[in-house]
Amino acid sequence: MNTVIDAHNISKVYNKETIPVYAVNNVHLHIEKGEFTALVGPSGSGKTTLLNLIGGLDKPDEGQVRINGLDITGLSANQLIDFRLKNIGFVFQSFNLIPVLTAKENVEFIMQLQGVERSKREARVKQLFGQIEMTDKLDSRPAQLSGGQQQRVAVARALATKPQFVLADEPTANLDSQSAANLLDIMAKLNKEEQITFLFSTHDQRVIDRAHRVITLVDGKITSDTATVSTTHDNVSEKK
Amino acid sequence: MAWKNMWRNNMRTLITMAAIFFAVILSVIASSLKDGIFNNLVKNVVSFYTGYVQVHKQGYWNEQILDNSFESSAGATRKILSDKNVLTVTSRIESFALASSAAITKGALVAGIEPEKENQITLLKNKIVQGSYLKDNEQAVLLSQGLAERLKLKTNDTVLLIGQGYHGATAAGKYLIKGIVKFGSPELNGKSLFMPLAVAQDFYSANGMVTSYILSLKDTRDLQTTRSTMAEALGPAYEVMTWEELMPDIKQHIASDSNNMKYIQGILYLLICFGIFGTLLMMMVERKFEMGMLLAVGMKKTKLVFLLMVESVFTVITGCLLGIAASIPIVYYLNRHPLKMGGETARIYEKFGFEAIFPTSTSAAIFIHQGMVVLLIGLLLSLYPVYKVIRLDPVTAMKR
Repeated sequence: MNTVIDAHNISKVYNKETIPVYAVNNVHLHIEKGEFTALVGPSGSGKTTLLNLIGGLDKPDEGQVRINGLDITGLSANQLIDFRLKNIGFVFQSFNLIPVLTAKENVEFIMQLQGVERSKREARVKQLFGQIEMTDKLDSRPAQLSGGQQQRVAVARALATKPQFVLADEPTANLDSQSAANLLDIMAKLNKEEQITFLFSTHDQRVIDRAHRVITLVDGKITSDTATVSTTHDNVSEKK
Repeated sequence: MAWKNMWRNNMRTLITMAAIFFAVILSVIASSLKDGIFNNLVKNVVSFYTGYVQVHKQGYWNEQILDNSFESSAGATRKILSDKNVLTVTSRIESFALASSAAITKGALVAGIEPEKENQITLLKNKIVQGSYLKDNEQAVLLSQGLAERLKLKTNDTVLLIGQGYHGATAAGKYLIKGIVKFGSPELNGKSLFMPLAVAQDFYSANGMVTSYILSLKDTRDLQTTRSTMAEALGPAYEVMTWEELMPDIKQHIASDSNNMKYIQGILYLLICFGIFGTLLMMMVERKFEMGMLLAVGMKKTKLVFLLMVESVFTVITGCLLGIAASIPIVYYLNRHPLKMGGETARIYEKFGFEAIFPTSTSAAIFIHQGMVVLLIGLLLSLYPVYKVIRLDPVTAMKR
């Protein structure tokens, strides 16, 4: 197996000086390449905090986060930005896109930050927009796109730099059923065809139903970790 | 991207530009009015009598007696006129004498002047309220209005002068009053008497002697440079004094008024700060989530700072340039058509011989200076988004 994410004994505590609140409490988590995992739990259970810790947006107070074997908890803020750019794709709940750029420019922008040359950028944009089935919306501004279309562009942007994995924080929360289903279809297809690792935080049963592994978080602790199908596509099996 | 960001919220960018635009216009007008009023005040005062620069024999200003006069020489005049900034030079011999009519005697400042050249500098001819102006070598005098009233004399009467001439000689003479001049300054109006230079030299038994050269300048801002080069050219036998040294009270008055104007300008700059800062604050609140998202997906803070700086600098510079461009015709119009005072204030000004107008100064330095001040304010305030981005935590920024 190829471990992409290895969170070891990580905790995040708020209000350390007064009444400590454990947003994430001594969590162990391993995610293998190609997994399609949902992180579920009630509001305030620590899903987003855990995602932020794994994504290098926040630092744990205890424990280590290793991405492809590299301990990112020791990286400086600047090194983390660089690390995120090269290794992690993000899809947020909403307002993912830069409103002044077109859909194409939003995806290209992330590659520009990486210094990818124009011809390669254009080829990648073409490929990604084909995968998200939005080749006719290249020049549309985010305001001209529906919520679902915006999230699909956000997925394309997250994948533009060919990251190790994609973190998606409640990606379907603001979408209607049809848009959510379309988005999930696209992500599932990318997961299956390109072995892209996805880790979602979600409340949405539609996402949970499509996930291959469901991790439940309550009060910052993992209370269950269930594989619903084989976690990689080498051997897809039925629900346990 | 910076360009697109600027126009994502047209209204906000236009409000920022407008704040800077009007700030530049207001500060340029305030500053050019201030300079214009002071320049006009100096022009008025200087054209009363003193001129912008005077040349005396060394020590004359501390002891203003005829024995401290000097021989007028073509060489010295040539040296003075060789300075490119000197427009005109005229000679004077000045001293005090007793002026008498039939039964009244008063002290008078008797000045021998070169009528035409004097008029070029002090516009003496314009101050005639009765009679006519002097001609060279004419045995006649001009009396100031106050002195004429006190002596109960009018044009075509005769005034008797008695005093002490050069090296203790007795000075006495009887002269026809050719005209009456009116000065705004009560001091000059109450005691002045003018006669042609040669006639005065004869009266004081000081043939060829003068007490001062009076200079008018092309560019009055080069006052100190002109003074220094002239003092060097003429040598230590002469003292060269500017109007600021001749009338320190006027200089002090201007300095004091100028300081008051600085407070007003300070308030104006403060308003400018609030205007610009308000829009920057709005922009930061509006784009906080987006900035957090950009940092999260891997944009370096230095790049984000650069992006914001480009947006701010472009907005500020555009506002400044437009403000300067718009203020130029306004300032030139107010220079050609100065604001005029009316009513009692105007009458008081005119009574003292000042023009009751507020002209603007069209000095390019004002546009550049005020433009630079507002630009600097804008650029300094642009550091606020930079500060916020440096401290920005993507997790906090993206919390809703």
